[in-house]
Amino acid sequence: MAQTMTIHFKIWRQSGPDAKGKLVDYTLDNLNEDMSFLEALDVLNEALIHKGEEDPVEFDNDCREGICGSCGLVVGGIAHGPMKATAVCQLHMRHYKDGDTIVVEPFRAEAFPIIKDLVVDRSAFDRIIAAGGYVSVDTGGAPDANSLPVPKNDVDEAFDFATCIGCGACVASCPNASASLFTGAKIAHLAHLPQGQAERKQRVVRMVDQMQAEGFGDCSNHGECEAVCPKQISIAAIAKMRREYLRAVFG
Amino acid sequence: MTPRTPRDKPDILSALASPVGKKALTGVTGLAWAGFVILHMAGNLSYFGAGEAYNEYAHKLLSLGPLLYAAEILLVVCLLIHAVLGVNIYLGKRRARKRGYDVYRSAGRPGMQSPSSRSMILTGVVLLVFLVIHIKSFKFGPGIAEGYSLLAEGEQIRDLKRLVTEKFQHPLYAFGYTGVMILLGFHLRHGAWSALQSLGAMNRRLAPLVYGIAAALAVGVAVGFVALPLYIYFSAL
Repeated sequence: MAQTMTIHFKIWRQSGPDAKGKLVDYTLDNLNEDMSFLEALDVLNEALIHKGEEDPVEFDNDCREGICGSCGLVVGGIAHGPMKATAVCQLHMRHYKDGDTIVVEPFRAEAFPIIKDLVVDRSAFDRIIAAGGYVSVDTGGAPDANSLPVPKNDVDEAFDFATCIGCGACVASCPNASASLFTGAKIAHLAHLPQGQAERKQRVVRMVDQMQAEGFGDCSNHGECEAVCPKQISIAAIAKMRREYLRAVFG
Repeated sequence: MTPRTPRDKPDILSALASPVGKKALTGVTGLAWAGFVILHMAGNLSYFGAGEAYNEYAHKLLSLGPLLYAAEILLVVCLLIHAVLGVNIYLGKRRARKRGYDVYRSAGRPGMQSPSSRSMILTGVVLLVFLVIHIKSFKFGPGIAEGYSLLAEGEQIRDLKRLVTEKFQHPLYAFGYTGVMILLGFHLRHGAWSALQSLGAMNRRLAPLVYGIAAALAVGVAVGFVALPLYIYFSAL
């Protein structure tokens, strides 16, 4: 039998983008330690709905298996919570003790305006991608894999950077609210592959421009982004972005 | 993607003002100062050398003439760029997150967030203020005209050693200098590796080595600098 536990939550409630928000206390008894963190929030929301006194707590989520990038909460001061290499949907209540207090806040950055409660608007990332984070090739089906040889090292690097799910934890955890890891990962991913070569220079310049235009802060190389990234993307991606940019401008 | 536009290759000024350009400039100018600081520390240590090694070294530097002026101008320009960008990045960070977290914690390794990385603006400002006082006390302090002179190889040269010895017998100078040099160590701890990362000169393989070198450099420079004031202060007691 799984242990039941009592957890005290302090959750950021904000009724709309321009409303003033505040942390509100909730206590849940009889939480199952095998529940995921988001399931605990589901339990809270069901209780709130039954009570009918206030709206349920809004939070983004979709696949709940760490691959879609929809979820994102700052739990106990850390984006996606205290566990390494997981999105917050993969966090489980067994990592907490009976009686713990957990503070839950939205990802905070001016470039990620709060929509409601814990839901933020991350469309700034979409606009960075739209600025150049793709390959414009209008052809038919995928070519035979063997017809496009790519060295193993390049594949490995490209794949590591391609694992970015665009959740925004890098921005949330960055003391400067910089989007360098996200932007760097996208640029580095394509720069390592033959398909990315034709638009390599214009891509980096446009994406970096867009990143700046969205109002993200500048990177100070704290590396906090790498520590919270559910895909453990290295800040080597940021160094790569900088090489690519300097190459595009001076090369 | 639309055809290439002129914007795709930014002019040099907007490239330098971009998030990448700002960091690259901060890195280059910081490295220039790191190089200077290492030379300065080596110069300080010549105080412990035989005879008039310290004064002769100072005199040799002065006799470089135009070359010295060129180096000084370069350093001042680097400092201005470094300081302006540092403040700009700090203000930008405050604009990028106007409301902070109620609870914020670092997730630890492999992140490099540390007291040194979080205090760059603070240590930087202290170093800048210190620098002005320091140059006033020593470079533009009393010289040959005020009697701080000695005869070396038939030439009247400045007795900087006497000035330094006198200054560092004062606890405010000795311990103030020591404190600031420890802050310099903190600034270098984050700054030295961060400069290479900003210039895109890092990769996963190099990172552990560069972190180690930066830490060793930070400790080495701080220890090298505090040796002189502490030695002078305590040997005069």
